[in-house]
Amino acid sequence: MAVLGLSDGERHRASSILYNPEYRSYFFQVLTVLVVVWLIYQAWSNAAENLARSNMTAGFGFLSARAGFDLGQSLIEYTSDSTYRRALLVGFLNTLLVGFFGIITATIVGLLVGVGRLSNNWLIARLCTVYVEIFRNIPPLLVIFFWYKGVLAILPDFKQIRQSVQDAKAADPSVVDPSFIISNRGINFPNPIFEPGFNAVWLTLAIGIVASIAFSIWANRQQMSTGKRPPVLLVSLGLIVVLPLLVFLVVGAPISFDYPVLGRFNLSGGGHISPEFLSLYLALSLYTASFIAEIVRAGIRGVPKGQSEAANALGIRPSRSMRLIVLPQALRIIIPPLTSQYLNLIKNSSLAVAAGYADLVQVGNTILNQSGHSIEIIAIWMIVYLTISLTTSLFMNWFNAKMALVER
Amino acid sequence: MAKRILTALIGAAVMGIGSQASAGTLEDVKAKGFLQCGVNANLAGFGAQDSSGNFAGLDIDLCKGIAAAVFGDATKVKYTALSAKDRFPALQSGEIDLLARNTTWTASRDSQLGFDFRVVNYYDGQGFMTRKDLNVKSALELSGAAVCVQTGTTTELNLADYFKANNLQYNPVVFEKQEEVDAAYNAGRCDVYTTDQSGLYSIRLSLSNPADHVILPEIISKEPLGPAVRQGDSKWFDIVSFTHYAMVTAEEFGITQANVEEMKKSANPDIKRFLGEEEGSTIGADLGLSKDWAVQIIKAVGNYGEAFERNVGQGSNLKIERGLNALWTKGGLQYAPPIR
Repeated sequence: MAVLGLSDGERHRASSILYNPEYRSYFFQVLTVLVVVWLIYQAWSNAAENLARSNMTAGFGFLSARAGFDLGQSLIEYTSDSTYRRALLVGFLNTLLVGFFGIITATIVGLLVGVGRLSNNWLIARLCTVYVEIFRNIPPLLVIFFWYKGVLAILPDFKQIRQSVQDAKAADPSVVDPSFIISNRGINFPNPIFEPGFNAVWLTLAIGIVASIAFSIWANRQQMSTGKRPPVLLVSLGLIVVLPLLVFLVVGAPISFDYPVLGRFNLSGGGHISPEFLSLYLALSLYTASFIAEIVRAGIRGVPKGQSEAANALGIRPSRSMRLIVLPQALRIIIPPLTSQYLNLIKNSSLAVAAGYADLVQVGNTILNQSGHSIEIIAIWMIVYLTISLTTSLFMNWFNAKMALVER
Repeated sequence: MAKRILTALIGAAVMGIGSQASAGTLEDVKAKGFLQCGVNANLAGFGAQDSSGNFAGLDIDLCKGIAAAVFGDATKVKYTALSAKDRFPALQSGEIDLLARNTTWTASRDSQLGFDFRVVNYYDGQGFMTRKDLNVKSALELSGAAVCVQTGTTTELNLADYFKANNLQYNPVVFEKQEEVDAAYNAGRCDVYTTDQSGLYSIRLSLSNPADHVILPEIISKEPLGPAVRQGDSKWFDIVSFTHYAMVTAEEFGITQANVEEMKKSANPDIKRFLGEEEGSTIGADLGLSKDWAVQIIKAVGNYGEAFERNVGQGSNLKIERGLNALWTKGGLQYAPPIR
């Protein structure tokens, strides 16, 4: 048994290293890291080899090349002379745009429907149930198709509007173009142009908001000490709405509108919301709202009944007990699953391609096709969605921590 | 999290292993016993499925011709219907042996994407279709129009270039699938539809009222459509190219599906050599095919003129003129190198 000629003591030390839980755990961790590194290396070299074999060039250099194609909707300056990188940025911003408005709308609709399902009014409760059950049980892609085909099919045909306006103009040259049009080409509306004098209005608005926040903090303290609550809503309304309105009138209404003008084919000028954006936005918000409604309902149900009964016993009105006692407690249950619904909404926005909306995936698809750099584009997609999702997660975790029960 | 990344990486590695292209496509095709052809399933005249699920069209005939040349049996083809976006990865990954899907031959596709193009089975150009009641006579009047276009095509790039060069404004409405573009144009989402002119003729037939639409005279681009194969497989590339050339040569010689057996007895040495009747000729064997490969192609799909007329010309609903696609002897561009 003289293993490798070691003395008894050394052998003992060797076996103790072998069975030492600390060394063992290090060993397995190092092993895991090595396996992971090896797998990454294999995947990488395999991809590189395959690319080389099919005579394709790899790398992100192509992003600086001229894009050559136009995009239907862009928040920033973009022409066909811009680079692929710029085109991807346009797509990214479009994704954020639909995600941002989608999350806001989904939250509001979801909250209303969720509370509505618990309503004592039979009709409201049933309507909310029907809404939730319909939208929750249809795949999101079909919801988008439904809205896109629905929006296109239901809205008035632009051809006929154009024809009727042209006919009216031919009969009477003094007829002006309609300034607000909803058609299967989207929504056209007059775009406000803020003239320099308008800055005073913005300033008053900012001051009004700050002042009303300060007032409500003061009001809370006042309520704590005296038990009487000053009229917060009325004062805030006055500060935020009435005051800026007065300033607006005093400085002489410094605002003008850019009206849409009917050309031979289309309306130009003014503001425009495309049916592609509209349908995707409606589909995503209403689809996600059905899930949020269920989360809200579960959250409210999750607050022990004793809480609202105690509030009743103290003589607090039901609407106030919902707002001040039930909802703050329900939020703690609601926020974590709500985060995953927000993430779902952002991820589902990648289905935009079905409605022809120029989001990150659609623009990426076009670039992938024009340049052939599929691996690079897919990597960019994954990194961008991962970043958006993780950022949303971080924000919601922070919000959750703020809302969580503070134990004293 | 680490675990999720690991899983994703294993997935990527497996995908990488699965997509290895093998060296000899001809050997692969012979071994599996059929040709896998990537085609269009929605473009009447070039590649389309009829109500019973059979594919037909000019590109389909090329696939059939190649199957006839390799196997002596034009039915040994399997088709993969591909969108414009999916077609290149399908060829790169080796999922298909040949891409015959009204694909424009361009320098970047030939070099950067790692494909080989040589023959052009249809000389096309991009055009515009619009509604008759808009009274548009020329594409130069289209400023301000909403234009429907399919993403990932050369069409999309030509469109941007043409409107820019002529200082015209437009609003692109972009879809991934041709059916979606068709539906949007039909529903009045846009004023103008742009794609290859042959495609416009074909799409117009599928609209709810074809007579309401006109195709404008302008051709704004060169679109040589032809089959593509993976780069670096000359043997397979030669077979694909010479199948088309055989169809063109047959038309030059006046050999048709009906008279090919008769023509074998011709005294003309060129025709005898072409049809594999010359003693000691090794053209077929050198290509990796049988001696009578050309006869098999002609029997299966006829000569180029016959295939053209049957699919897109006077024998079809499209009624497209031969134009640039006439033989070089008749003022067109279809020309085949001598088969000797």
